[in-house]
Amino acid sequence: MSWLINSSIGRKFIMSISGLFLILFLIFHMLMNLVMVFSMDAYDMISEFLGANWYAIAGTLVLAAGFIVHILYASLLTLQNQKARGNDKYAMSNTKDASWTSKNMYVLGFTVLAFLALHMIQLWYNMQFKELIGAPDAISKGSELVVPLFKNIYYVIIYLVAFAALWLHLTHGFWSALHSVGWNNTIWMKRLQNLSYVVASIIVAGYAVVPIYIYFFYQLPI
Amino acid sequence: MDIDINIKVKVWRQKGPKEKGHFEIYELKNISQGSSFLEMIDILNEQLINGGEEPVVFDHDCREGICGICSLYINGYPHGPDEDITTCQLHMRKFNEGDTITIEPWRSAGFPVIKDLMVDRTAFDTIIQAGGYVSVNTGGAPDANSLPIPKHNAEAAMDAAACIGCGACVAACKNGSAMLFVSAKVTQLALLPQGRTEAMKRAKSMVAKMDELGFGNCTNTGACEVECPKNISITNIARLNYEFLNAKIRD
Ligand code: HEM
Ligand code: FES
Repeated sequence: MSWLINSSIGRKFIMSISGLFLILFLIFHMLMNLVMVFSMDAYDMISEFLGANWYAIAGTLVLAAGFIVHILYASLLTLQNQKARGNDKYAMSNTKDASWTSKNMYVLGFTVLAFLALHMIQLWYNMQFKELIGAPDAISKGSELVVPLFKNIYYVIIYLVAFAALWLHLTHGFWSALHSVGWNNTIWMKRLQNLSYVVASIIVAGYAVVPIYIYFFYQLPI
Repeated sequence: MDIDINIKVKVWRQKGPKEKGHFEIYELKNISQGSSFLEMIDILNEQLINGGEEPVVFDHDCREGICGICSLYINGYPHGPDEDITTCQLHMRKFNEGDTITIEPWRSAGFPVIKDLMVDRTAFDTIIQAGGYVSVNTGGAPDANSLPIPKHNAEAAMDAAACIGCGACVAACKNGSAMLFVSAKVTQLALLPQGRTEAMKRAKSMVAKMDELGFGNCTNTGACEVECPKNISITNIARLNYEFLNAKIRD
């Protein structure tokens, strides 16, 4: 199994599988969020259900492992690639046809990571983590945190910017991940690239709906 | 209409592999737009020799786009600003009166500079030696149709075989990756029955050699495909990934 770290295609394979796993998670998480648009009570039921119990914790650990693997490999690949490129830079380079996104996956990934840190502190820490350590002020009803958060325009904007970075990451990431595992050919290339835009847009729209809905339309019960 | 133009060229000069390089600007008068880019460098070198200076070292051989030895990063493009041609096929009519043309060597850790514009591309030969062949003599050309090959396979193999191994893909890649080259060499054999038998073994050994030589990890940016003078498609890379992963999973 050492080829998964020693060979370039093995490393890409891990990158691809971990990326696709994170996409699956994103879809799952998005569907849960969307419940808020229909019923806050239903959403609170889900968030209570995913508190500090063994299946929610197991899920969290697997997810964290997915993120860690993806980020470690991303850093490893980026470092190795800079080394392979060498220190001599071109005085003039006009090869701009390759998309900006594809060349800046690490930058975009880091934007997502910075957002992730904020997001974990704001929500996960106050909910699952506090419940786990038995803190008395742990919150189990998600809406108690989410609604005030998105009544604040600054946080709405920060979240939307992060979603934009995620959108870019996914427009390249989705087809690239399939390409990395060998699932591509001349006929499917254009289709997969277009499909990437569809997948990225659906995911990001699903996330963006919630802060926008809460900020503009949701009335706090009196 | 082709006219004669006066230009400046900004050329990378580097005495040796270990030496520090720098740019030097030379003026050239009355260059015919009908001449080729390499003829322009020949004229420059004649001018330098007559002036008692060292000529610019650059790679060239067939000068008809088939041998793959010419290189050069011209005005920020591997093989110059024209589409789908090699540097030796580039003409001066792509440039105008008064232009300053920047000429650099391939820059990638895998291709160290030997002198001036000449880089060491031995790494590609080493990768080919690691498996880019068919081990047994498969005899002369068989009768047509005695060995049926689907047309789309024959065409994809021929398209991949168009790779001349010039290294523009590595030169253009932000990751210094040689995947387009290796994938073309793996594909041209994997799609035909004579090469199919060893296809998985070949993918493994060529990729191992490529990694060992320090080429980067492909991140599917597609810059290589855009700059390739022979239009090699990055879908070959997907095929290489498939061959390699398939081989490893069966191990
Ligand atoms: C929800 C979060 C994320 C998702 C869904 C995701 C998804 C993906 C996918 C599908 C790929 C394509 C894999 C391939 O080309 O084979 C990818 C590539 C990449 N990701 Fe992420 N990613 C996420 C977060 C991050 C983070 C936090 C970082 C870095 C700090 C990161 C850095 C990268 C890099 C550098 C690549 C390109 C690597 C390469 O192609 O070799 N990603 N991502
Ligand atoms: S000199 Fe042979 S391809 Fe350019």
